[in-house]
Amino acid sequence: MTFTAPVLNYTILSPMLIVLAGALIGVIIEAFVSKAFRPLVQLILTIGTLLLALVQVFRIRESESVTAAMGSVIFDGPGFLLQAAILIISIISVFLIADNENFTALAAAIPGSPEEHESIQQGNKVTEVFPLTLFAVAGMMLFPVSSDLITLFVALEMLSLPLYLMAGLSRRRRLLSQEAALKYFLLGAFSSAFFLFGAAYLYGYSGDITFSGIRDSVVGGSGNDIFLLIGIAFVSIGLLFKVGAVPFHAWSPDVYQGAPTAVTAFMAAATKVAAFGAMLRIYYTVFANAQWSWTPLLSGIAIITMLFGSFVAIAQRDVKRMLAYSSIAHAGFLLAGVIALNKAGLAASIFYLFAYGVATVGAFAVVTLVRDSAGEVTDLNRWTGLGKRSPWVASVFAFFLLAFAGIPLTSGFIGKFSIFSAAYESGAKGVVIAGVLSSAVAAFFYIRVIVLMFFTDSHEDATTVVIPSVLTRITVIFSFVITVALGVYPSPLIDFINKFATFIR
Amino acid sequence: MNAANYLYVSALLFTIGAVGVVVRRNAIVVFMCVELMLNAANLAFVTFARINGSIDGQIMAFFTMVVAACEVVVGLAIIVTIYRSRRSASVDDASLLKR
Repeated sequence: MTFTAPVLNYTILSPMLIVLAGALIGVIIEAFVSKAFRPLVQLILTIGTLLLALVQVFRIRESESVTAAMGSVIFDGPGFLLQAAILIISIISVFLIADNENFTALAAAIPGSPEEHESIQQGNKVTEVFPLTLFAVAGMMLFPVSSDLITLFVALEMLSLPLYLMAGLSRRRRLLSQEAALKYFLLGAFSSAFFLFGAAYLYGYSGDITFSGIRDSVVGGSGNDIFLLIGIAFVSIGLLFKVGAVPFHAWSPDVYQGAPTAVTAFMAAATKVAAFGAMLRIYYTVFANAQWSWTPLLSGIAIITMLFGSFVAIAQRDVKRMLAYSSIAHAGFLLAGVIALNKAGLAASIFYLFAYGVATVGAFAVVTLVRDSAGEVTDLNRWTGLGKRSPWVASVFAFFLLAFAGIPLTSGFIGKFSIFSAAYESGAKGVVIAGVLSSAVAAFFYIRVIVLMFFTDSHEDATTVVIPSVLTRITVIFSFVITVALGVYPSPLIDFINKFATFIR
Repeated sequence: MNAANYLYVSALLFTIGAVGVVVRRNAIVVFMCVELMLNAANLAFVTFARINGSIDGQIMAFFTMVVAACEVVVGLAIIVTIYRSRRSASVDDASLLKR
């Protein structure tokens, strides 16, 4: 038996390698740079790494060869767009993560213990979040471009494991935060076991772990259909869990509420892009010819997800939980783009993911600003009259809510319109009707918050809005500008996406 | 021996693991059940590698083991932290987020 060395094609892999190298340098910095300089050095390194990776992604977007590492990575048009979107969203959220008010001083200390007090007095900071973020970003970049089952599984875990840890690092309400980490971890591991079991049956069905091999078997119709159905079902469970679709959504409200808000912002936006990216690739290429088997079920899940997310969000009294249910509803809207299974659906999904991700980071960044003496205030009752006390912050938040609701002149409108028209084109009328109805319901609770902020008199225990630090301000301004720009003048980005939105099979 | 029998065993292990995750209350035991599910998937991979006569499934099994080991590192860190905070590893006690 001869052994041939694999051809890796480093050009295609370079953006991910840059991010991983940055993460490893970050780990070394943790060990060797003195405590006082670490936050600044880590921030510069993280931003620099992400910018470099972004530049590199743009440089190689039209390279001739698209596969790397013996066909286990495929960097085609959608892969390029999704990686660029993940990097831009990560850059915006890193500024929020860098704001030192968000994280615990010493993650290992028991909440309320003398060690913790000592650590806070010494001004310690958990700068480990920066390398963790970079590792998660590398996993997210690999997830939508992976082209065999091994790479897909490894990427899934690579993006999840750092996020489990980051969810438990909150500065305030640490018990809640640790609980969120535990729930996220146990349910995430549970779902990845389902994913892996499904992957085993896909392999059993086709005898091949590459996407192209599985696709050929699906097209050829050779092999045992039962294996294929088990494989599709279980792999879908794993992916639907990551995007938070009903009935696999149970973790998301708890984790969104418990995790530090900066991590919630990053996780809600970037994970969604990565997971939907992988989902689009798998359904559009691998499972496309077995459409009869998954479209009805996925349509049902999409409809339930939209309606459930929108209706349950109405009853929420906590702003982070409300945003969590709204993200569930948005996962339903995005599933409409997966079901569409045409080029318009793919382009619309990518646009929607980017627009939604940026607006999400912005909205959570605003949430970190509303505080009282004990930390962030997420109880909506105490947000009353915010618009009178801090009109700027309230207006920006209101704008992000309108973008979520899909009001014209915001990015959300363009996204929703294009995704529903793509789904309509492909004949998924039920999904479109449910989508429009739940958009109307969703608009109700977004506007209710706006009414609460601007047209309701405030209580005694009013909250204050802290003056945003430079870092948080950067996050808010960037996401605000992008959301406005995509709403008012979206055509350059839409043309750009349309140019690239074709999967290479 | 018929290779299909190994698939039945793998499905059985997977089911035991999944049921265990749902009914058991101790976070460590829940986590062990997840590991059992991963190993069930591994058994399925190796069996399919045998049936299909290709080696990819065995390679995948190795990757799964490595990933499972990483998961243990992260998972035990989280479980130990929460145990130190509240002297209990029961998933029922961790219910501050439920309204």
